[in-house]
Amino acid sequence: MKELFGKLIMNYPYFAAAILFMIGALTVLTRSDLLKKLIGINIMESAIFLIFVAGGNIRGGVAPLLSKANSGAVYVNPLPSALMLTGIVVSVSVTAFALALIVRLHRAYGTIDLQRIAELRSEVAMDDSNHHT
Amino acid sequence: MKDFILKRMAAIILPFICVYGFYVILHGHVSPGGSFAGGIIVGLSLIAYSTIYGIAKGRAKLPEKVLVWTESYGTLWYGLMGMVGIVKGVPFLANKLAGVNLGNPGTLSSGGLISLIGFGVGIRVASTMVTLFFTMMEE
Amino acid sequence: MRIRSFLLLLLALPVIYGVLIAVAELPPYGMPDNPVHNQVSERYISDALDDTGVLNMVTAIVLDYRAYDTMFETIVLFTATLAVVITLKTRKGEGER
Repeated sequence: MKELFGKLIMNYPYFAAAILFMIGALTVLTRSDLLKKLIGINIMESAIFLIFVAGGNIRGGVAPLLSKANSGAVYVNPLPSALMLTGIVVSVSVTAFALALIVRLHRAYGTIDLQRIAELRSEVAMDDSNHHT
Repeated sequence: MKDFILKRMAAIILPFICVYGFYVILHGHVSPGGSFAGGIIVGLSLIAYSTIYGIAKGRAKLPEKVLVWTESYGTLWYGLMGMVGIVKGVPFLANKLAGVNLGNPGTLSSGGLISLIGFGVGIRVASTMVTLFFTMMEE
Repeated sequence: MRIRSFLLLLLALPVIYGVLIAVAELPPYGMPDNPVHNQVSERYISDALDDTGVLNMVTAIVLDYRAYDTMFETIVLFTATLAVVITLKTRKGEGER
């Protein structure tokens, strides 16, 4: 047990990323408000970015910028940072499109609560079946 | 908004933020930052302008035509820069292989095609942020 | 209600334990001999200046080594803007749920 906690303290950025990811997953699973679900997805994305960038870090390393000041120093791995740049752009795109869809849903149903939307839909379906019979 | 102090302060600060964004875009290959970060700074300066002075004034500064133009031709510019490699007979988007002069490292003109591509990407990111903001705000 | 939350906690405990074990078994944070720092990033760090003439290695990777990636990234942005504008500006199908 002591060994486990020692390793956890050593890996504290990964630990923080795991906690962030669990917070985001819990938000997505338990909230029925669509905006809160979107916030949860964004928190999960931040956790992924954190774990990638932390994985590329080296203790005592310098930022991957070549200059005379840090010649001979150990450079931090530049690859995760470059990959996460792509991830951030995709995250921005996904967030923007989800917000547009939420605005559209609000225009159609007057609410952004998923439970309420499902109730409204079932009411409409029941009305339709009553008309046909 | 009708706040006098906010408007005057924005008039002083926002031009510098915009120019700083262009600085970050253009110096992406010699200093921290790059086209994505700089593009977002430029876009956010314009977004702050439209929130403070009203969406109509922001629209007047950046008409739909300009936004559509930068959106589409920014992407096309990237492809055109890639075509340099094809013209020279090497793979698409090649830089050193295409025989471009890489210049003296650390100066603004170094890096061959990289700074040109970065400028296009930065402009595109800025116009994307502004377009998204205008579209959402006009709801 | 209390019993239900207690049962949920019992269900959640194995998950939490699994996550803790997974985090503890990852390679130690910040060590230079981690498997992340393999020959790929070593090559980027040692050859970036010769290959691209750029001092910022992240820019060298994003705009030169992986330029295809960035090109389609800009196309992703373009498509997202297009989708948002189409979703919000069309008034077709309004009011019919």
